[in-house]
Amino acid sequence: MSALTVLSDANVVAKRNIIKIKRVPDLLVFTTLSPIMFVLLFAYVFGGAISVPGGDADPELYREYLMAGIFAQTVIFGATITGAGLAEDVKKGIIDRFRSLPMAPSAVLTGRTLSDVVNNVLVLIVMSLTGLLVGWRIHTSFWEAAGGYLLLILFAYSISWVFAWIGMLVPSPEVVNNASFIVIFPLTFIANTFVPLESLPGPLRTIAEWNPVSTVTQAARELFGNIPPGTPKPTGWPLQHPELYTSIWVLVFLVVFVPVANAQYRHSTSR
Amino acid sequence: MTDAIVARGLVKKYKDVTALDGVDLVVPTGSVLGLLGPNGAGKTTTVRILTTLLRPDAGSAEVAGVDVLARPSAVRRKIGLSGQYAAVDEYLTGYENLEMVGRLYHLGRKRAQARARELLASFRLEDAADRPARTYSGGMRRRLDLAGALVADPPVLFLDEPTTGLDPRGRTDMWDVIQTLAKGGTTVMLTTQYLEEADLLADEIVVIDHGRVIAQGTSDELKRQVGGERLELVVQDATRLARAREVLEPLGVGTPTVDEGRRAFVMPVSGGPEVLSEALRRLEAEQIGLDDVGLRRPTLDDVFLALTGRATQEDENDQLETSGARR
Ligand SMILES: Nc1ncnc2c1ncn2[C@@H]1O[C@H](COP(=O)(O)OP(=O)(O)O)[C@@H](O)[C@H]1O
Ligand SMILES: [Mg+2]
Repeated sequence: MSALTVLSDANVVAKRNIIKIKRVPDLLVFTTLSPIMFVLLFAYVFGGAISVPGGDADPELYREYLMAGIFAQTVIFGATITGAGLAEDVKKGIIDRFRSLPMAPSAVLTGRTLSDVVNNVLVLIVMSLTGLLVGWRIHTSFWEAAGGYLLLILFAYSISWVFAWIGMLVPSPEVVNNASFIVIFPLTFIANTFVPLESLPGPLRTIAEWNPVSTVTQAARELFGNIPPGTPKPTGWPLQHPELYTSIWVLVFLVVFVPVANAQYRHSTSR
Repeated sequence: MTDAIVARGLVKKYKDVTALDGVDLVVPTGSVLGLLGPNGAGKTTTVRILTTLLRPDAGSAEVAGVDVLARPSAVRRKIGLSGQYAAVDEYLTGYENLEMVGRLYHLGRKRAQARARELLASFRLEDAADRPARTYSGGMRRRLDLAGALVADPPVLFLDEPTTGLDPRGRTDMWDVIQTLAKGGTTVMLTTQYLEEADLLADEIVVIDHGRVIAQGTSDELKRQVGGERLELVVQDATRLARAREVLEPLGVGTPTVDEGRRAFVMPVSGGPEVLSEALRRLEAEQIGLDDVGLRRPTLDDVFLALTGRATQEDENDQLETSGARR
């Protein structure tokens, strides 16, 4: 099967998923509704009590600080849609239909993960607009900001493949949803997403420092220019090289889970 | 004439169930095979193995001359599959569903679009073409699913219980479509729980149960084993059943069964209406009153009774499943 066939088939599959985003806009609404609530909660309720690294509790500084964390959490949850969507396709027999066609087998998961990128781009647009409304701004060049968004998207894309594997493994979309919530929720909280790491107790702080959610957030924060002036240099190698450390995770996720998920697609059966 | 489908010794085991226990099948090119069996017999498993969705634990198969296990993607180019549950994408319109399938058969955009329109027209789905399939009735979904299987004009077609859950109108529609395809030279393998359906559509019938082939032949051959029509009657007074049996038994072509509880008497007959009126005359002469009487065509249950000496076990499940599908 030539690479061109894989791409054109993946494109057909992605188009199908994007039509679904269009026809069922609730999906997009619900993936953005809870982060918008988070922004409002953290910005206006807890924000006054959380001091950013550089200074005292300053609600305006905190709102700028918060958004990168929100972006990271939101695109990661966006990536879990890959798993639930595939599990639903298995359940409804669509995957059987695909598997009986002479298409490139890898196109099903590739198309799915690509359409979830489109979904995440839409989500990032909505969240950025929300950020602008609460006073968040980008203080860096266009290219740096683009780099920040790109890293967020790539990170989510690599996680999509983890969930592609889970979606092929677990036969029900509800189970995938619940499982991903249980894993992802703590992962995005034991990090610098909402509070500076300085406030975490010892062992949790170490976990948080090596948590790639922290580094992708840190990278986005730096690339958007949202690090408050006078912030001390972060501790730990990962947070000092957030772009590199995050990229390593992206590569590892892709190298491991693209083949594993595709093998699961070929060998698993729906019933 | 060559054979379009050949299966040899297919075995498939799940943890504690043997779904297939050595199934052999041959379907000559251009013919229609009816795979007949009750729920859980192994029909779907057989179809899934032949359509490359499932690997058997043992055995081999060829479809359109291609080895299913060795070259699954070559097989996929030659087959169309309409599974037991319609695999249409609810969020896409009927047109989008078919276009997608055409693109994935690599027909090219133009050809895929033209083919989608063509199939929607011939399956009477034109008016609903641009509505999401979510809004379709069960029969419309089933037709769309079958249309999807036909996008690339495959020489070999697999239909897994194509009429289960359809209303009578939907069922006769589906029969028409299948008959047209068969006339056009497509090799069809269809599974069903209804002898009547296999009788109408299939050139050759294979009966399976518990993953084994228990009988095969043309519908006439099978019916000869089963004994054609049944005379069925319910007497008013259960104590007269024995007498009824005595006077009626010479008219039959097989052993009657008597159900005291239901006051019922069933017997294989041949000769239809004449036998019925002779039976009525004899009962009248004996002054045995009736609550009900009639001739009925053999059902799958009768085939089973005749072939295995027992009724299908899964009757209750069948009913549950059918009523579930109608919901
Ligand atoms: N994935 C599976 N896991 C366990 N048992 C299965 C699985 N698929 C089918 N079976 C069992 O195999 C047998 C045959 O099933 P199937 O081929 O679906 O029968 P049919 O289509 O004739 O109703 C049944 O007993 C069924 O319960
Ligand atoms: Mg079945």
